[in-house]
Amino acid sequence: MDFVPKTEDLDHKHPTPGDGSLKTQELLVNMGPQHPSTHGVLRLLLHLDGEVVLDAVPYIGYLHRGMEKLAERRTYVQVVPLTDRNDYLAAMCNNQVYCQAVEKLAGIEVPERAHFIRVVVNELNRIASHLVWLGTFALDLGAMSVFLYAFREREIILSLFEEICGARLTYSYIRIGGVPWDMPDGWADRVRDFCSYLIPRLNENDALLTGNEIFLKRTQGVGILPPDVAVDYGVSGPVLRGSGIPFDVRRADPYAVYDRLDFDIPYQTTQDCLGRYLVRIEEMRQSVRIIRQALDLMPDGPVMAKMPRVLRPPGGEVYTRIESPRGVMGVYLVSDGGTNPLRMKWRAPSFCNLQALPEMARGWKVADLVAILGSIDIVLGDVDR
Amino acid sequence: MTNPNLSEQLESAVRQHFPDAVESAADCKGRLLLTIRADQLVPVCRFVKESLGFDMPDCVTGIDTGQHLEVVYTLWSTQNQREINLKVIVPYDNPVLDSATGVWRGVDWHEREIFDLFGVQFRGHPDLRRILLPEEFEGFPLRKSYTETD
Repeated sequence: MDFVPKTEDLDHKHPTPGDGSLKTQELLVNMGPQHPSTHGVLRLLLHLDGEVVLDAVPYIGYLHRGMEKLAERRTYVQVVPLTDRNDYLAAMCNNQVYCQAVEKLAGIEVPERAHFIRVVVNELNRIASHLVWLGTFALDLGAMSVFLYAFREREIILSLFEEICGARLTYSYIRIGGVPWDMPDGWADRVRDFCSYLIPRLNENDALLTGNEIFLKRTQGVGILPPDVAVDYGVSGPVLRGSGIPFDVRRADPYAVYDRLDFDIPYQTTQDCLGRYLVRIEEMRQSVRIIRQALDLMPDGPVMAKMPRVLRPPGGEVYTRIESPRGVMGVYLVSDGGTNPLRMKWRAPSFCNLQALPEMARGWKVADLVAILGSIDIVLGDVDR
Repeated sequence: MTNPNLSEQLESAVRQHFPDAVESAADCKGRLLLTIRADQLVPVCRFVKESLGFDMPDCVTGIDTGQHLEVVYTLWSTQNQREINLKVIVPYDNPVLDSATGVWRGVDWHEREIFDLFGVQFRGHPDLRRILLPEEFEGFPLRKSYTETD
Protein backbone atom coordinates (compact mmCIF):
# COMPACT_ATOMS: atom_id res chain seq x y z
CA MET A 1 0.00 0.00 0.00
CA ASP A 2 2.58 2.52 1.04
CA PHE A 3 5.13 3.94 -1.30
CA VAL A 4 8.51 3.18 0.23
CA PRO A 5 11.53 4.86 -1.39
CA LYS A 6 14.66 2.78 -1.90
CA THR A 7 17.30 3.57 0.69
CA GLU A 8 20.04 3.73 -1.95
CA ASP A 9 18.18 6.62 -3.60
CA LEU A 10 18.80 8.78 -0.58
CA ASP A 11 22.04 10.54 0.24
CA HIS A 12 21.98 9.69 3.92
CA LYS A 13 24.23 6.82 5.12
CA HIS A 14 23.37 4.66 8.11
CA PRO A 15 26.01 5.16 10.79
CA THR A 16 26.92 1.52 11.34
CA PRO A 17 30.31 0.35 12.62
CA GLY A 18 32.57 -1.09 9.94
CA ASP A 19 32.66 -4.65 11.27
CA GLY A 20 28.94 -5.11 10.62
CA SER A 21 28.25 -6.21 14.21
CA LEU A 22 25.56 -3.59 14.77
CA LYS A 23 22.69 -2.87 12.43
CA THR A 24 20.27 0.03 12.43
CA GLN A 25 17.01 0.00 10.59
CA GLU A 26 14.75 2.58 9.06
CA LEU A 27 11.80 3.51 11.24
CA LEU A 28 8.38 4.44 9.87
CA VAL A 29 6.47 6.96 11.96
CA ASN A 30 3.10 8.58 11.28
CA MET A 31 3.05 12.29 11.96
CA GLY A 32 -0.60 13.28 11.95
CA PRO A 33 -3.40 13.39 10.97
CA GLN A 34 -3.99 14.65 14.52
CA HIS A 35 -0.55 16.10 15.18
CA PRO A 36 -0.88 19.75 16.33
CA SER A 37 1.91 21.09 14.16
CA THR A 38 0.37 19.75 10.94
CA HIS A 39 -2.17 22.61 11.19
CA GLY A 40 -5.12 20.46 10.33
CA VAL A 41 -5.55 16.93 9.09
CA LEU A 42 -2.37 16.15 7.23
CA ARG A 43 -0.61 12.82 7.63
CA LEU A 44 3.09 12.58 6.97
CA LEU A 45 4.63 9.14 6.80
CA LEU A 46 8.15 9.73 8.06
CA HIS A 47 11.02 7.45 7.17
CA LEU A 48 13.46 7.99 10.00
CA ASP A 49 16.99 7.02 10.76
CA GLY A 50 17.15 7.91 14.43
CA GLU A 51 16.01 11.50 14.39
CA VAL A 52 16.97 12.21 10.80
CA VAL A 53 14.19 12.40 8.22
CA LEU A 54 15.09 10.22 5.23
CA ASP A 55 11.79 10.92 3.54
CA ALA A 56 8.44 12.46 4.40
CA VAL A 57 5.53 11.22 2.30
CA PRO A 58 2.38 13.38 2.62
CA TYR A 59 -1.02 11.67 2.70
CA ILE A 60 -3.84 14.09 2.03
CA GLY A 61 -7.58 14.02 1.44
CA TYR A 62 -8.83 13.86 5.04
CA LEU A 63 -10.71 17.14 4.49
CA HIS A 64 -11.87 16.42 0.93
CA ARG A 65 -15.41 17.70 0.54
CA GLY A 66 -15.74 17.40 -3.21
CA MET A 67 -16.04 21.15 -3.84
CA GLU A 68 -15.51 20.75 -7.56
CA LYS A 69 -18.31 18.19 -7.83
CA LEU A 70 -20.61 20.29 -5.62
CA ALA A 71 -20.04 23.29 -7.90
CA GLU A 72 -21.41 21.37 -10.88
CA ARG A 73 -24.76 20.99 -9.07
CA ARG A 74 -25.18 24.70 -8.28
CA THR A 75 -25.80 27.82 -10.30
CA TYR A 76 -22.89 30.20 -10.85
CA VAL A 77 -24.13 32.51 -8.11
CA GLN A 78 -24.66 29.68 -5.62
CA VAL A 79 -21.04 28.57 -5.95
CA VAL A 80 -19.70 31.75 -4.26
CA PRO A 81 -20.38 30.60 -0.65
CA LEU A 82 -18.80 27.23 -1.47
CA THR A 83 -15.53 28.93 -2.40
CA ASP A 84 -15.31 30.47 1.09
CA ARG A 85 -14.67 27.02 2.47
CA ASN A 86 -11.61 26.18 0.39
CA ASP A 87 -8.86 28.31 1.87
CA TYR A 88 -10.79 29.35 4.96
CA LEU A 89 -8.09 31.75 6.15
CA ALA A 90 -8.39 33.81 2.98
CA ALA A 91 -12.03 33.56 1.94
CA MET A 92 -11.99 36.99 0.26
CA CYS A 93 -9.28 35.78 -2.11
CA ASN A 94 -11.31 32.67 -2.90
CA ASN A 95 -14.35 34.81 -3.72
CA GLN A 96 -12.14 37.07 -5.81
CA VAL A 97 -10.67 34.38 -8.04
CA TYR A 98 -13.98 32.60 -8.61
CA CYS A 99 -15.91 35.78 -9.40
CA GLN A 100 -13.10 36.92 -11.65
CA ALA A 101 -13.36 33.67 -13.62
CA VAL A 102 -17.14 33.98 -14.06
CA GLU A 103 -16.85 37.64 -15.02
CA LYS A 104 -14.22 36.80 -17.63
CA LEU A 105 -16.32 33.96 -19.00
CA ALA A 106 -19.56 35.96 -19.14
CA GLY A 107 -17.94 39.25 -20.18
CA ILE A 108 -19.18 41.22 -17.15
CA GLU A 109 -17.64 44.65 -16.62
CA VAL A 110 -17.04 45.29 -12.92
CA PRO A 111 -17.45 48.94 -11.75
CA GLU A 112 -14.25 50.72 -10.86
CA ARG A 113 -15.19 51.36 -7.23
CA ALA A 114 -15.90 47.67 -6.69
CA HIS A 115 -12.41 46.84 -7.95
CA PHE A 116 -10.86 49.16 -5.37
CA ILE A 117 -12.99 47.77 -2.53
CA ARG A 118 -11.97 44.28 -3.64
CA VAL A 119 -8.30 45.24 -3.46
CA VAL A 120 -8.75 46.63 0.07
CA VAL A 121 -10.51 43.51 1.41
CA ASN A 122 -8.09 41.20 -0.40
CA GLU A 123 -5.09 42.87 1.17
CA LEU A 124 -6.73 42.99 4.62
CA ASN A 125 -7.35 39.29 4.24
CA ARG A 126 -3.73 38.75 3.25
CA ILE A 127 -2.62 40.47 6.46
CA ALA A 128 -5.10 38.44 8.54
CA SER A 129 -3.91 35.21 6.96
CA HIS A 130 -0.23 36.07 7.40
CA LEU A 131 -0.93 36.97 11.05
CA VAL A 132 -2.37 33.51 11.68
CA TRP A 133 0.69 32.04 10.02
CA LEU A 134 3.01 34.29 12.06
CA GLY A 135 1.35 33.27 15.31
CA THR A 136 1.25 29.54 14.62
CA PHE A 137 4.74 29.45 13.12
CA ALA A 138 6.13 31.16 16.21
CA LEU A 139 4.11 28.82 18.43
CA ASP A 140 5.51 25.78 16.63
CA LEU A 141 8.99 27.06 17.47
CA GLY A 142 8.07 27.72 21.09
CA ALA A 143 7.45 31.48 21.04
CA MET A 144 4.11 31.80 22.83
CA SER A 145 3.76 35.58 23.10
CA VAL A 146 3.91 36.27 19.36
CA PHE A 147 0.98 33.89 18.90
CA LEU A 148 -1.15 35.91 21.32
CA TYR A 149 -0.09 39.25 19.84
CA ALA A 150 -0.73 38.13 16.23
CA PHE A 151 -4.23 36.93 17.08
CA ARG A 152 -4.94 40.20 18.89
CA GLU A 153 -4.09 42.10 15.69
CA ARG A 154 -6.07 39.71 13.50
CA GLU A 155 -9.13 40.18 15.68
CA ILE A 156 -9.36 43.81 14.53
CA ILE A 157 -9.41 42.73 10.87
CA LEU A 158 -12.11 40.16 11.60
CA SER A 159 -14.19 42.88 13.28
CA LEU A 160 -13.72 45.11 10.23
CA PHE A 161 -14.88 42.27 7.99
CA GLU A 162 -17.84 41.58 10.27
CA GLU A 163 -18.80 45.21 9.89
CA ILE A 164 -18.60 45.19 6.09
CA CYS A 165 -20.26 41.82 5.39
CA GLY A 166 -21.56 40.29 8.61
CA ALA A 167 -19.22 37.31 8.65
CA ARG A 168 -15.90 36.77 10.37
CA LEU A 169 -14.56 33.87 8.34
CA THR A 170 -16.78 32.89 5.42
CA TYR A 171 -17.40 36.27 3.86
CA SER A 172 -18.98 35.77 0.40
CA TYR A 173 -18.52 39.54 0.17
CA ILE A 174 -17.12 39.58 -3.34
CA ARG A 175 -19.94 38.61 -5.68
CA ILE A 176 -20.15 38.11 -9.42
CA GLY A 177 -20.29 41.62 -10.90
CA GLY A 178 -18.81 43.53 -7.97
CA VAL A 179 -19.55 43.65 -4.26
CA PRO A 180 -23.13 43.51 -2.88
CA TRP A 181 -23.00 46.79 -0.93
CA ASP A 182 -20.67 49.68 -0.31
CA MET A 183 -18.41 50.15 2.71
CA PRO A 184 -20.30 51.32 5.83
CA ASP A 185 -19.88 54.93 7.02
CA GLY A 186 -16.52 55.54 8.61
CA TRP A 187 -15.23 52.06 7.68
CA ALA A 188 -12.44 53.44 5.48
CA ASP A 189 -11.20 55.59 8.38
CA ARG A 190 -11.22 52.61 10.71
CA VAL A 191 -9.16 50.66 8.15
CA ARG A 192 -6.69 53.58 7.99
CA ASP A 193 -6.50 53.61 11.79
CA PHE A 194 -5.81 49.90 11.77
CA CYS A 195 -3.00 50.38 9.23
CA SER A 196 -1.34 52.95 11.49
CA TYR A 197 -1.84 50.64 14.46
CA LEU A 198 -0.46 47.56 12.72
CA ILE A 199 2.95 48.75 11.52
CA PRO A 200 4.54 49.40 14.97
CA ARG A 201 2.99 46.17 16.34
CA LEU A 202 4.40 44.27 13.39
CA ASN A 203 7.86 45.70 13.99
CA GLU A 204 7.56 44.69 17.64
CA ASN A 205 6.57 41.10 16.79
CA ASP A 206 9.29 40.93 14.17
CA ALA A 207 11.87 42.08 16.74
CA LEU A 208 10.66 39.43 19.20
CA LEU A 209 11.52 36.73 16.67
CA THR A 210 14.41 37.99 14.54
CA GLY A 211 16.07 39.27 17.71
CA ASN A 212 15.79 35.84 19.28
CA GLU A 213 18.77 33.56 18.80
CA ILE A 214 16.73 30.38 19.30
CA PHE A 215 14.33 31.42 16.53
CA LEU A 216 17.23 32.19 14.19
CA LYS A 217 18.93 28.86 14.96
CA ARG A 218 15.71 27.02 14.18
CA THR A 219 15.09 28.78 10.86
CA GLN A 220 18.36 30.01 9.36
CA GLY A 221 19.63 27.62 6.68
CA VAL A 222 16.86 25.12 7.50
CA GLY A 223 14.68 23.58 4.79
CA ILE A 224 16.54 24.74 1.70
CA LEU A 225 14.46 24.85 -1.48
CA PRO A 226 16.60 25.80 -4.51
CA PRO A 227 14.85 28.10 -7.02
CA ASP A 228 14.99 25.67 -9.96
CA VAL A 229 13.42 22.89 -7.84
CA ALA A 230 10.73 25.29 -6.59
CA VAL A 231 9.78 26.29 -10.15
CA ASP A 232 9.81 22.68 -11.33
CA TYR A 233 7.30 21.79 -8.60
CA GLY A 234 5.03 24.72 -9.45
CA VAL A 235 5.62 26.23 -6.00
CA SER A 236 4.35 29.80 -5.70
CA GLY A 237 3.72 32.61 -3.26
CA PRO A 238 6.04 33.44 -0.34
CA VAL A 239 7.71 30.01 -0.58
CA LEU A 240 8.83 30.71 -4.15
CA ARG A 241 9.82 34.28 -3.33
CA GLY A 242 11.76 33.00 -0.33
CA SER A 243 13.75 30.96 -2.85
CA GLY A 244 14.76 34.09 -4.71
CA ILE A 245 12.21 34.27 -7.56
CA PRO A 246 10.18 37.51 -7.39
CA PHE A 247 7.10 36.05 -9.09
CA ASP A 248 3.85 37.64 -7.95
CA VAL A 249 0.61 37.42 -9.96
CA ARG A 250 -0.30 40.95 -8.90
CA ARG A 251 2.62 42.11 -11.06
CA ALA A 252 3.06 39.28 -13.59
CA ASP A 253 -0.58 38.89 -14.63
CA PRO A 254 -2.33 41.88 -12.99
CA TYR A 255 -6.00 41.68 -12.05
CA ALA A 256 -8.46 44.15 -10.47
CA VAL A 257 -6.55 47.47 -10.30
CA TYR A 258 -3.16 46.24 -9.04
CA ASP A 259 -1.44 47.60 -12.15
CA ARG A 260 -2.31 51.13 -10.97
CA LEU A 261 -0.90 50.72 -7.47
CA ASP A 262 2.67 51.14 -6.35
CA PHE A 263 4.15 48.33 -4.23
CA ASP A 264 7.24 46.15 -4.03
CA ILE A 265 7.53 42.38 -4.39
CA PRO A 266 9.65 41.28 -1.43
CA TYR A 267 11.92 38.29 -1.98
CA GLN A 268 14.86 36.61 -0.26
CA THR A 269 17.69 34.62 -1.80
CA THR A 270 18.44 32.50 1.28
CA GLN A 271 15.97 29.75 0.20
CA ASP A 272 15.39 28.76 3.86
CA CYS A 273 12.65 29.03 6.50
CA LEU A 274 13.95 32.42 7.62
CA GLY A 275 13.73 33.72 4.04
CA ARG A 276 10.09 32.68 3.80
CA TYR A 277 9.44 34.31 7.17
CA LEU A 278 11.02 37.61 6.10
CA VAL A 279 9.09 37.63 2.82
CA ARG A 280 5.74 37.32 4.62
CA ILE A 281 6.59 39.99 7.19
CA GLU A 282 7.53 42.44 4.43
CA GLU A 283 4.42 41.47 2.46
CA MET A 284 2.24 42.65 5.33
CA ARG A 285 3.96 46.04 5.21
CA GLN A 286 3.42 46.18 1.44
CA SER A 287 -0.25 45.26 1.91
CA VAL A 288 -0.65 48.23 4.23
CA ARG A 289 0.88 50.38 1.50
CA ILE A 290 -1.57 48.99 -1.06
CA ILE A 291 -4.59 49.48 1.23
CA ARG A 292 -3.69 53.13 1.89
CA GLN A 293 -3.29 53.84 -1.84
CA ALA A 294 -6.49 52.03 -2.77
CA LEU A 295 -8.49 53.99 -0.19
CA ASP A 296 -6.99 57.26 -1.46
CA LEU A 297 -7.59 56.51 -5.14
CA MET A 298 -11.07 55.00 -4.74
CA PRO A 299 -13.55 56.72 -7.08
CA ASP A 300 -17.25 57.22 -6.36
CA GLY A 301 -19.86 55.26 -8.22
CA PRO A 302 -21.79 52.00 -8.24
CA VAL A 303 -20.32 48.86 -6.69
CA MET A 304 -22.32 46.29 -8.65
CA ALA A 305 -22.62 45.71 -12.38
CA LYS A 306 -26.00 45.23 -14.05
CA MET A 307 -26.59 41.52 -13.77
CA PRO A 308 -29.14 39.32 -15.57
CA ARG A 309 -31.68 37.53 -13.36
CA VAL A 310 -30.35 34.17 -14.48
CA LEU A 311 -26.68 34.00 -15.32
CA ARG A 312 -25.91 31.83 -18.36
CA PRO A 313 -22.34 32.48 -19.54
CA PRO A 314 -21.76 31.57 -23.19
CA GLY A 315 -20.06 28.23 -23.82
CA GLY A 316 -16.31 28.30 -23.46
CA GLU A 317 -13.52 27.89 -20.99
CA VAL A 318 -11.40 30.26 -19.00
CA TYR A 319 -8.50 30.10 -16.55
CA THR A 320 -7.76 32.94 -14.21
CA ARG A 321 -5.35 33.32 -11.31
CA ILE A 322 -4.74 35.63 -8.40
CA GLU A 323 -2.05 35.99 -5.76
CA SER A 324 -3.56 34.56 -2.60
CA PRO A 325 -1.64 34.73 0.71
CA ARG A 326 -0.31 31.27 -0.08
CA GLY A 327 0.50 31.73 -3.76
CA VAL A 328 -1.12 31.31 -7.15
CA MET A 329 -4.79 30.52 -6.71
CA GLY A 330 -6.48 29.68 -9.98
CA VAL A 331 -9.88 28.67 -11.27
CA TYR A 332 -10.43 26.78 -14.51
CA LEU A 333 -14.05 27.27 -15.43
CA VAL A 334 -15.84 25.55 -18.30
CA SER A 335 -19.33 26.53 -19.42
CA ASP A 336 -21.67 24.73 -21.79
CA GLY A 337 -24.07 27.67 -21.91
CA GLY A 338 -26.21 26.36 -19.05
CA THR A 339 -26.97 27.77 -15.60
CA ASN A 340 -24.42 25.58 -13.79
CA PRO A 341 -20.69 25.30 -14.45
CA LEU A 342 -19.79 22.26 -16.53
CA ARG A 343 -16.52 22.06 -14.62
CA MET A 344 -14.82 24.16 -11.98
CA LYS A 345 -11.22 23.26 -11.22
CA TRP A 346 -9.56 24.84 -8.22
CA ARG A 347 -5.81 25.39 -8.53
CA ALA A 348 -4.93 25.40 -4.85
CA PRO A 349 -1.61 26.98 -3.84
CA SER A 350 -1.30 24.85 -0.68
CA PHE A 351 -1.70 21.66 -2.73
CA CYS A 352 1.16 22.58 -5.06
CA ASN A 353 3.42 23.93 -2.31
CA LEU A 354 2.93 20.87 -0.09
CA GLN A 355 4.15 18.69 -2.93
CA ALA A 356 7.65 20.14 -2.51
CA LEU A 357 7.76 19.34 1.23
CA PRO A 358 9.79 16.10 0.87
CA GLU A 359 12.44 18.05 -1.09
CA MET A 360 12.81 20.49 1.80
CA ALA A 361 12.55 17.93 4.61
CA ARG A 362 15.06 15.26 3.58
CA GLY A 363 18.13 15.16 5.78
CA TRP A 364 16.71 17.35 8.56
CA LYS A 365 15.67 16.33 12.05
CA VAL A 366 12.02 15.76 13.01
CA ALA A 367 12.00 18.99 15.02
CA ASP A 368 13.15 20.89 11.93
CA LEU A 369 10.36 19.31 9.92
CA VAL A 370 7.91 21.15 12.19
CA ALA A 371 9.61 24.43 11.27
CA ILE A 372 9.74 23.55 7.56
CA LEU A 373 6.08 22.57 7.41
CA GLY A 374 5.15 25.73 9.29
CA SER A 375 7.16 27.84 6.86
CA ILE A 376 5.17 26.55 3.85
CA ASP A 377 1.94 27.77 5.47
CA ILE A 378 -0.57 25.23 4.20
CA VAL A 379 -4.30 25.30 4.83
CA LEU A 380 -5.76 21.82 4.63
CA GLY A 381 -9.09 23.08 3.38
CA ASP A 382 -7.17 24.39 0.39
CA VAL A 383 -5.09 21.23 -0.07
CA ASP A 384 -8.02 18.81 0.03
CA ARG A 385 -10.87 20.99 -1.29
CA MET B 1 -1.32 38.91 -20.43
CA THR B 2 -0.77 37.23 -23.78
CA ASN B 3 -0.93 39.54 -26.76
CA PRO B 4 -2.09 38.21 -30.15
CA ASN B 5 1.33 38.44 -31.81
CA LEU B 6 2.97 36.52 -29.02
CA SER B 7 0.32 33.80 -29.20
CA GLU B 8 0.88 33.46 -32.94
CA GLN B 9 4.64 33.24 -32.45
CA LEU B 10 4.22 30.52 -29.82
CA GLU B 11 1.76 28.64 -31.98
CA SER B 12 3.98 28.73 -35.07
CA ALA B 13 7.03 27.69 -33.03
CA VAL B 14 5.19 24.57 -31.85
CA ARG B 15 3.78 23.89 -35.34
CA GLN B 16 7.21 24.23 -36.92
CA HIS B 17 8.74 21.58 -34.69
CA PHE B 18 5.73 19.29 -34.61
CA PRO B 19 3.96 19.74 -37.99
CA ASP B 20 1.25 17.16 -37.31
CA ALA B 21 0.92 17.37 -33.52
CA VAL B 22 -1.29 20.44 -33.25
CA GLU B 23 -4.90 19.52 -33.95
CA SER B 24 -6.32 22.96 -33.35
CA ALA B 25 -5.42 26.28 -31.77
CA ALA B 26 -7.79 28.61 -30.02
CA ASP B 27 -7.65 31.89 -28.21
CA CYS B 28 -9.68 31.48 -25.02
CA LYS B 29 -10.12 34.99 -23.59
CA GLY B 30 -6.51 35.88 -24.23
CA ARG B 31 -5.03 32.48 -23.45
CA LEU B 32 -3.39 30.38 -26.14
CA LEU B 33 -4.91 26.89 -26.08
CA LEU B 34 -3.32 24.27 -28.33
CA THR B 35 -5.02 20.91 -28.75
CA ILE B 36 -2.25 18.34 -29.09
CA ARG B 37 -2.43 14.77 -30.37
CA ALA B 38 -2.21 12.47 -27.35
CA ASP B 39 0.82 10.52 -28.58
CA GLN B 40 2.79 13.77 -29.14
CA LEU B 41 2.04 15.29 -25.73
CA VAL B 42 5.30 14.49 -23.92
CA PRO B 43 7.62 15.60 -26.78
CA VAL B 44 5.63 18.83 -27.11
CA CYS B 45 5.80 19.37 -23.34
CA ARG B 46 9.56 18.87 -23.38
CA PHE B 47 9.88 21.30 -26.31
CA VAL B 48 7.83 24.08 -24.69
CA LYS B 49 9.81 23.68 -21.48
CA GLU B 50 13.29 23.54 -22.96
CA SER B 51 12.97 25.79 -26.02
CA LEU B 52 10.13 28.17 -25.15
CA GLY B 53 10.91 28.58 -21.46
CA PHE B 54 7.69 27.30 -19.88
CA ASP B 55 9.41 26.13 -16.74
CA MET B 56 6.52 26.20 -14.26
CA PRO B 57 3.59 23.75 -14.28
CA ASP B 58 0.78 25.99 -13.09
CA CYS B 59 -2.25 23.73 -13.24
CA VAL B 60 -3.45 20.49 -14.77
CA THR B 61 -7.19 20.27 -15.28
CA GLY B 62 -9.34 17.29 -16.11
CA ILE B 63 -12.63 17.95 -17.89
CA ASP B 64 -15.51 15.63 -18.77
CA THR B 65 -17.35 17.36 -21.60
CA GLY B 66 -19.98 14.63 -21.93
CA GLN B 67 -18.47 13.41 -25.23
CA HIS B 68 -14.95 12.64 -24.04
CA LEU B 69 -12.42 13.48 -21.35
CA GLU B 70 -9.90 16.28 -21.70
CA VAL B 71 -6.71 17.07 -19.84
CA VAL B 72 -5.36 20.63 -19.98
CA TYR B 73 -1.81 21.49 -18.93
CA THR B 74 -1.56 25.18 -18.01
CA LEU B 75 2.08 26.24 -18.08
CA TRP B 76 3.78 29.42 -17.05
CA SER B 77 7.12 30.92 -18.00
CA THR B 78 8.81 32.68 -15.07
CA GLN B 79 11.30 34.38 -17.39
CA ASN B 80 8.87 35.75 -19.96
CA GLN B 81 5.75 35.97 -17.76
CA ARG B 82 3.43 34.26 -20.19
CA GLU B 83 1.09 31.32 -20.33
CA ILE B 84 0.41 28.44 -22.68
CA ASN B 85 -2.25 25.73 -22.45
CA LEU B 86 -1.87 22.29 -23.96
CA LYS B 87 -5.03 20.25 -24.26
CA VAL B 88 -5.27 16.53 -24.95
CA ILE B 89 -8.46 14.66 -25.73
CA VAL B 90 -8.82 11.30 -23.96
CA PRO B 91 -11.54 8.85 -25.06
CA TYR B 92 -13.74 7.14 -22.45
CA ASP B 93 -13.02 3.63 -23.73
CA ASN B 94 -9.23 3.94 -23.51
CA PRO B 95 -8.37 6.64 -20.95
CA VAL B 96 -4.59 6.32 -21.16
CA LEU B 97 -2.14 9.17 -21.48
CA ASP B 98 1.63 9.49 -21.23
CA SER B 99 2.66 11.15 -18.00
CA ALA B 100 4.47 14.49 -18.10
CA THR B 101 6.13 13.89 -14.73
CA GLY B 102 9.43 13.39 -16.55
CA VAL B 103 9.23 16.97 -17.81
CA TRP B 104 7.99 18.79 -14.68
CA ARG B 105 8.08 17.06 -11.31
CA GLY B 106 5.23 19.30 -10.16
CA VAL B 107 2.58 17.64 -12.35
CA ASP B 108 2.89 14.50 -10.19
CA TRP B 109 0.06 15.26 -7.76
CA HIS B 110 -2.06 16.95 -10.42
CA GLU B 111 -1.98 13.79 -12.55
CA ARG B 112 -2.74 11.66 -9.48
CA GLU B 113 -5.74 13.88 -8.82
CA ILE B 114 -7.02 13.44 -12.38
CA PHE B 115 -6.49 9.67 -12.08
CA ASP B 116 -8.39 9.76 -8.78
CA LEU B 117 -11.37 11.80 -9.94
CA PHE B 118 -11.57 11.04 -13.69
CA GLY B 119 -9.88 7.67 -14.02
CA VAL B 120 -7.28 8.74 -16.57
CA GLN B 121 -4.33 6.33 -16.48
CA PHE B 122 -1.03 8.15 -16.78
CA ARG B 123 1.50 5.82 -18.37
CA GLY B 124 4.96 6.16 -16.80
CA HIS B 125 3.76 7.99 -13.68
CA PRO B 126 6.05 6.99 -10.78
CA ASP B 127 3.34 6.68 -8.13
CA LEU B 128 -0.15 6.53 -9.61
CA ARG B 129 -2.45 6.11 -6.59
CA ARG B 130 -5.64 7.83 -5.46
CA ILE B 131 -4.75 11.07 -3.72
CA LEU B 132 -7.88 12.79 -2.37
CA LEU B 133 -10.23 9.82 -2.04
CA PRO B 134 -9.69 6.70 0.08
CA GLU B 135 -7.98 3.83 -1.71
CA GLU B 136 -11.00 1.54 -1.50
CA PHE B 137 -13.26 4.12 -3.20
CA GLU B 138 -14.97 2.85 -6.33
CA GLY B 139 -15.64 4.93 -9.42
CA PHE B 140 -14.47 8.30 -10.64
CA PRO B 141 -16.73 11.00 -9.18
CA LEU B 142 -16.01 13.86 -11.55
CA ARG B 143 -17.12 11.86 -14.58
CA LYS B 144 -20.58 12.89 -15.76
CA SER B 145 -21.63 9.23 -15.81
CA TYR B 146 -20.89 8.83 -12.07
CA THR B 147 -23.87 8.14 -9.85
CA GLU B 148 -23.77 8.46 -6.06
CA THR B 149 -24.15 5.24 -4.16
CA ASP B 150 -26.43 6.50 -1.37
